[in-house]
This record gives sequence, C-alpha cells and structure tokens, in this order.
Amino acid sequence: MNIVVCIKQVPDTKGGVKFNPDGTLDRSAMLAIMNPDDKAGLEAALKLKDQYGAKVTVITMGLPKADEVLREALAMGADNGILVTDRVLGGADTWATSSTLAGALKRLDYDLIITGRQAIDGDTAQVGPQLSEHLDIPVISYVQNLRIDGEYVVAERQFEDRYHLLRAKMPCLITALSELNVPRYMTPGGIFDAYDAELTVWGRQDLKEVDDSNIGLKGSPTQIAKASDKVRKGAGEVVNLDVPESVDYIMNKLRERHII
Amino acid sequence: MGLEEYKGVYIFAQQVDHQLSRIALELLGKARELAENLGTDVTAVLLGSDVKQMADELAEYGADHVIVVDNPALKEYMTEPYTHALSGVIEKYKPEIVLVGATAIGRDLGPRVSARVATGLTADCTKLEIGDFPLNPVAGREQKHNQLLMTRPAFGGNTIATIACPNHRPQMATVRPGVMQAITPIKDRKAIVEEFDPGFTPDHKYVEILDIVKSVVECADIMDAEILVSGGRGIGGPENFGLLEELASALNGQVSCSRAVVDAGWKPKDMQVGQTGKTVRPNVYFAIGISGAIQHVAGMEESDIIIAVNKDETAPIFDVADYGIVGDWKKIVPELIKKIRNEKVTAPVAFIK
Repeated sequence: MNIVVCIKQVPDTKGGVKFNPDGTLDRSAMLAIMNPDDKAGLEAALKLKDQYGAKVTVITMGLPKADEVLREALAMGADNGILVTDRVLGGADTWATSSTLAGALKRLDYDLIITGRQAIDGDTAQVGPQLSEHLDIPVISYVQNLRIDGEYVVAERQFEDRYHLLRAKMPCLITALSELNVPRYMTPGGIFDAYDAELTVWGRQDLKEVDDSNIGLKGSPTQIAKASDKVRKGAGEVVNLDVPESVDYIMNKLRERHII
Repeated sequence: MGLEEYKGVYIFAQQVDHQLSRIALELLGKARELAENLGTDVTAVLLGSDVKQMADELAEYGADHVIVVDNPALKEYMTEPYTHALSGVIEKYKPEIVLVGATAIGRDLGPRVSARVATGLTADCTKLEIGDFPLNPVAGREQKHNQLLMTRPAFGGNTIATIACPNHRPQMATVRPGVMQAITPIKDRKAIVEEFDPGFTPDHKYVEILDIVKSVVECADIMDAEILVSGGRGIGGPENFGLLEELASALNGQVSCSRAVVDAGWKPKDMQVGQTGKTVRPNVYFAIGISGAIQHVAGMEESDIIIAVNKDETAPIFDVADYGIVGDWKKIVPELIKKIRNEKVTAPVAFIK
C-alpha cells in the first residue's frame, strides 16, 4: 500500500505574525513547526505502516527550508520526502495550493492520501477536500479513527453532535483531526539518517497537468484586500478587592447593566 | 466567463434530520443585508430527502426564492451527492455570492464545491460586506465595485484579513456559526419555491455510511444562551462545576467552558467556547478561572459584557474583560449566588421582566 501524507511547515502561532508589503505572510520571519493536524495524519500513516506494511511518502509545498519538516517526518519513520518548491508557486491561496499539490500527486502512485484537517496559520480546512476534487477521488474529512479493510478505508467522520462510520474505496483522501492519535517522537537513529537523507525536489516543470493560470499568486481566485494584527477591544476595569467587596462590585455592575 | 451573468445572493440551507440548522437562518439574515446593498434577492438552496416543507421557514427568515433538491441520495450528509447538487445549482442558476456555514458539513462541502466550479472560497468569515476592491484606488489597476469583502481571523485569532474574489464567480464564503444575526421571522412571508433535479448516479466518489452514532449528551446549545458562566482550568476539577451551575441557574444562564476543561475530560466538547469550539455572543459572559488564551478569546470577545474572575492579575483574560476581578472564585462565587438569589426574592414585582 502506498500512502502519501501532505504536510505543511507553519509558523508557530505563539510567536508574533509578520506580513510582506503585499499582504501575504512573511514566513521567513517566523519560527517554523510541522502543522499539528498534519503530524497526526503522519502518525496515522505510520501506524498503518506498522500494522499492514506500507510505503509512506511525505510531500510538502513551501520555501526551500520546508525540507526541515520532511526530515522530521523521515526521522519519525516516513520512507521518503518530496519538496515542491518554486518561486512561481508562492503566494498561493487554497485553490492554487490544491491545484499545485494535485499536479505533484499525479506523478505518484497512491492508495491513500492523508492531509491534516487544517493548518494553524490559515485555519481554512480547504486544501484536503479541494485536492481530492482535483484528483477525482472520494474524501472523508474530519477523521477521528480509521482502519483498512481490504481495498477500503473505514473511518469515523466527526460532526458536531455525532459521527458517521464511513467506508470509502481506495484510492481516497482523508483529512486527519489531531484527536486521531498522539504522534510518536523521532528516533535518534532516525534523526541521524534523516539529516543525510536524499530528498526529492520538484519545481514548476515537474508538475503534471497543471496550467499556469492555476498556480501561485496569479492563479489564486482569492486576493487579500487588507491584513492586519487584530485590534482588540480595550481592557476594561480590573479591581483587586476583598471577597465581600468583589461580590458587591459584580452585583453593582449587573444592576447597572439591567441584568438583575 | 462573463461575470455580470452571475446574479443573486445564495445560501446553503443546512438541515440535519429534517431540522434547519441555526446557521441557515443566520446566513439568511446576512444575505438579506448583502442583497439589499446589491439590489438583488436572496435564494436558499435546500438539499435533502423529503425536506420541501422547510421552504416556508426559510421564507419567513428572509429567502425570496428556495431551490429544493429533494432526493433520497441526500438523506444524510455525504460529500459527493451534496457537492453534485450544490454545484449543479451553481452551474444552472449562476449566483453572484454563495454563503455556506462553517460547520463540520460546510467546511467539507464548501471546498469541494469551490474546486468543482473553479472559484475561490474564503473560510470561516466573521464579517461580510459589499465594497470596492482594491479598497482604495491604485494607479494603473482597475478598481472593481460591488465586490464581496470577506473578513476572517487567521493565525489562531492573532490577525484578521479581508479577502476578495474579484475575477471569479460565484464569490464563495463559509461563515462561522454564531456571528451573523438571523432576522425576526416574518409570519406568512412566502418564497418562490422551485424544485431542481441534477440527477444522481452513484460513482466511485460515493462513500458508504456504515453507521451513524449520535452523541449521547443532550444539553441546550450554549450559542443560544443570553448568560454564560464559563469555567476554565482554574476551576480545578469537574466536581467544582456545581457552583458554576448554581450561578448560571440563578441568572437563568448556562454553563460553558474552555478548551483546557474539555481536554482534561471534565466537560463535553459541545460546551467548549473558542477557536476550535463554539463562537458565542451572550449578553453576559462570566470567565471564571479562565486564563484567556487567544483561541478562547476568539470565541467570546463579541459578548456584550465580559466579567472575569481570576487569581492571577496578569492573566490575559483581563485584557478583554469589561470588569475584571482579581480574586479566588471559590470564595466569590458562593457569595455572589446568595446575593443574586436575595435580590430576586426582594425585588419589587414591577422590576421583574
């Protein structure tokens, strides 16, 4: 079985956020990690590999330094890594990103594609389902549990108040929730090997059946009109009183605002 | 593609088990406003099996037209038949704007449809308005009018971005539940109802439903509460939530919680407020023992009044609270419950709403 896991290097949102003058993110200025939902997706793939035997390929699209997350994935147990990087691919929205990834995936043999549900930078949850559409395969989003049954994937698909147990014929795509598992650590031997491992690097010309009008900033239907740090409502009053005074304070505010 | 051909504001009227989801009514409220701005009308797209009778409710909440795709293939939500139906509607009727709820259904359906009809999609919007793109005129670049400007938080609520889709139609957005306001329903308001059949032929993209497991916890939706008493890690354990329940009941409110509480297994996920939980905007939000991580704040900062009680005076919750009380909630809350109960007993009848 061939499993391809799409992973993304994302800025750690705990640090600050920086923008380029054109409103796109200045990723080079921020600390980078493997996106948490993608890591859960990778762990799911590695578990299937342990259980059924599988070849796990990780693929990422990003700046050249995104090779870091591929090496991390190799150190966790993935078999090979592909970096899709090219200046003309930059500034892509979810449509252009999924079109680009589809162009790369079309060059690979896959039974199962796993993406994270969403990345912590964009929070869109769009690339997985869009990618499946471009590849004309079924998708199961929001997967909280999965197993393989012959040529089928059987997965629990989470909704707000229920889950559906679904069966999809491979090849198919699933998007992983971080609830799916707890990702394993890199092994010391794995880290050592991953450091020297040969990665496959693909540029624009390596993508299959993708038109120029569907890649990069120019191929993105959505455009940023404005981006900024969030302006928050200013802090109100903060008081430090003894218990009876604190209670009276709250009571007065509730009366003032006609709550009681 | 002639962009002018595309007309009207459409919403996906999500229903589950023959019940319209609240988000459908919220989307209609926003769609009315956008349509009035554009001088066009509002269409609800209702997909399901045996759902026609829901068209009246959509009309009362602001739909001028309802397009119904009624087919057994749409009984339960499944990605492929729903994508096929909504894409079919878009291809036939050519709407200018399509709004979908950013629910577990909409966040799967929206991207799949946008890829099929080859247009842009902006996720999890919290504000939608009609305006110019670029916002200000730029020399040598056409400024387009009457564009849908879609505003959304990103980076876990650290930033907000306003996005347009100037050269593709429809302009599509998923909209976060609990942010837009439904209109007060207008009794006996009618819509023009039309049935549409795109034809359903199961293919390799169809997924089989083996089982449906509904969650057993049945509690009132925190998004409907006017008063929320929300507890965080500082509550210390599930047993201590009893006091918060009492405070909530004294105020006719409900209890909600932060992500830390759900992660610790003290409360179920549907009580969680925040980026990965629910967005709430009650009249009063009590944040008790909640530190105020940015992803929590993103789900409650639109509340009318925020009252925070926390031992730690440096807790970030005090940066968003209207009234912050530094202190031990375990001592303050029981006294507060007593006072509120007394007040209610002694208040003159005329003051009771």
